Amino acid sequence: MITPDQIAYINARLIDPASGLDAMGALITFGGEIQAVGADLFPGEAAPDVSDQFQIIDCQGHVLCPGLIDMRVFVGEPGAEHKETLATASQAAAAGGVTSIIVMPDTNPVIDDASLVDYIKRRSRDTAIVNVYPMAALTKGLEGAQLTEMGLLKEAGAIAFTDGHRPVTNSRLMRQALSYASTFGALVVHHAEDPSLTQNGAMNEGEFASRLGLAGIPAAAETIIVERDVALVELTQGRYHLSQLSCAASLRVIEQAKERGLDITCAVSAHHLALNELDVGEYRTFFKTNPPLRAEEDRQAMVDGLSRGAIDIIVSSHDPQAPENKRLPFADASPGSVGLETLLPVALEHYHNGDIPLCDLLKAMTAAPAQRLGLPSGRLAPGAPADLALIDLGAPYVFDAGALKSRSKNTPFDGRKLQGRVLRTVVGGKSVYERENALQAAGER
Amino acid sequence: MSASHIPPPQAADAALFCARNLLGIEGLSPVDIKFLLDLADTYVELNRQMEKKRALLRGRTQINLFFEVSTRTQSSFELAGKRLGADVMNMSVGASSVKKGETLIDTAMTLNAMRPDLLVVRHGASGAVELLSQKVDCAVINAGDGSHEHPTQALLDALTLRRHLGAIEGLRIAICGDILHSRVARSNILLLNMLGAHLRIIAPPTLLPPRAARMGVEVFHDMTEGLRDCDVVMMLRLQLERMTGSLIPSTREYFHHYGLDRQKLKYAKPGAKVMHPGPMNRGVEIDSAVADDPEISLIQDQVEMGVAVRMAVLDALSRNLPNTSHEKARV
Repeated sequence: MITPDQIAYINARLIDPASGLDAMGALITFGGEIQAVGADLFPGEAAPDVSDQFQIIDCQGHVLCPGLIDMRVFVGEPGAEHKETLATASQAAAAGGVTSIIVMPDTNPVIDDASLVDYIKRRSRDTAIVNVYPMAALTKGLEGAQLTEMGLLKEAGAIAFTDGHRPVTNSRLMRQALSYASTFGALVVHHAEDPSLTQNGAMNEGEFASRLGLAGIPAAAETIIVERDVALVELTQGRYHLSQLSCAASLRVIEQAKERGLDITCAVSAHHLALNELDVGEYRTFFKTNPPLRAEEDRQAMVDGLSRGAIDIIVSSHDPQAPENKRLPFADASPGSVGLETLLPVALEHYHNGDIPLCDLLKAMTAAPAQRLGLPSGRLAPGAPADLALIDLGAPYVFDAGALKSRSKNTPFDGRKLQGRVLRTVVGGKSVYERENALQAAGER
Repeated sequence: MSASHIPPPQAADAALFCARNLLGIEGLSPVDIKFLLDLADTYVELNRQMEKKRALLRGRTQINLFFEVSTRTQSSFELAGKRLGADVMNMSVGASSVKKGETLIDTAMTLNAMRPDLLVVRHGASGAVELLSQKVDCAVINAGDGSHEHPTQALLDALTLRRHLGAIEGLRIAICGDILHSRVARSNILLLNMLGAHLRIIAPPTLLPPRAARMGVEVFHDMTEGLRDCDVVMMLRLQLERMTGSLIPSTREYFHHYGLDRQKLKYAKPGAKVMHPGPMNRGVEIDSAVADDPEISLIQDQVEMGVAVRMAVLDALSRNLPNTSHEKARV
């Protein structure tokens, strides 16, 4: 049977973090699903013989792995389309090998109503080229006062609940949120920050902030809330995910909570693995992030936590900002950096320098978020969605912010020497991104 | 003390001073500082003459752009510019134009289009003057940015000390009070450290920047301990307007522990000098009996040195301005 929808990716280094597979072989997709995967699909020189049955893509030995799942993406749609739309974010994602983005509810209006979840899903279906899963607000209007209709929101398609960049400061409400969410088995995702301690703060508190004359944000502002949340998870037996952690002290709290068997996971951003407070340099606002870039000891603790498996997930924390929000004195500038297109190569730095095995690193961006969110993707297995990334691991280049697909260009990695780039991104069996001149030699036959 | 024994700045030093802007003490070398202080010495003498006017900056336009209210710094820069022959314009950008939505960079670009040669800027945000300097062609002088730097204040303090005590190297100097919010303290710590002073800072922990001890100073919380053997006591203004939350319980309690009066001054070296960048909160951080005693207080001298130092800075930076038309201006 000859089916144009049947595509064979041959001569690939298959990496499936979910099963631990790392072997040369081939993968066949049929329509939107993976049909078969394995080392023995096309033994020997069989490839030419089947070329009339399949559309064949020769991967030339490059890595073929599940497409990345980015669990923390801020998009300007609705309300701030000049920063980023679902369409432009999805193009950026595709260029970064990301096949699923989880978008945050901090929009205008806030995604706190079932009809708005539906709006995001329909807009994504019509304009986005990767999978888009909305998180809904935990509290109405992100105001931290009243819970949203979690049951209805979940039915409408909300994949988890979070107040995005806003912490829930009221402990009773947080307890109720965790407790009520467990009715539906819903995941509560929280940004840990004590606003009374971060007030006016612009960067990590320490010697460097003192020298720059900037008010600092102490690590304790994060750790206090992480400790509180852990106590509340213990009380409610809820499902909890720390959206992003930045300091060693918070990691210790999370690890102890995991040892006690609580249903807790946590993520770190690629930039917190790569950068520290000194990168702020002379008031460079593209390095202003939330949480702030921390001390070098904290960065090392993040890398170490990831390699030990204490940190589950890597996110881009993609947060587009317009020039008028960044070309300001440091204290007045908005925090945030775009990251969808640098997530993979920046994370790969820790594979190239030997900190973390490749399979573990990819797991934190594929199988781990898929499992936490209950997504069918994130694995190379028959029946799974054909969401794939083809990666040239070794390709070295100097990253150029001008080439970003994202509508906002606020990346801290402009001019950074990176290694590893995406050659092709496949969503639901269809190529949504192909690097020009990639696989030129053999290419598609 | 007369400055007559100080030789005029050497041509070689002048050639070495190639800075385009004065954004902070950070970035200056000891040679730069000596050059600026030597040059300022000559202006102290000039300012004491009947004829104080020079034509050095004739044809140059100096704009004093103050986003924060200032009396003494702004008038000091104005006088300095006028005495050197520049056309000086003062612009106070209050809250009103910020409310109109004009950003710092818009303001900078607008002024830049008017072709000033020297731009003196004060702004409430740390790093704002540096940001502005990236967007204009003229020489930019930082007249105070947030809690970051106030380089001309540190230079005038150094000039005052040098003229009264000879050399700064080896002096034991205590900086007391609201270090946390003080750009004066940061610039002075950098400058006085570079010139070889032994520095102490004295304040309650709530008024110290985190990790202050890493800035090359000894930290004291007890004033009587910290003042011991000090040659100079620099008092800082308590910046109540910048304080959020509860950093000190009351000004009464603050004066009791950290206000400089004759009693506490006894712990310093006999004959120790007292300085204050002004404006003073009398009875909060300093007692009038100390502030107004000409045997002890250098506060009036600081103001006088301020004009001379600012003339030196304007002079030095203008030497590095292009003498040709703006079209052929720097790259």
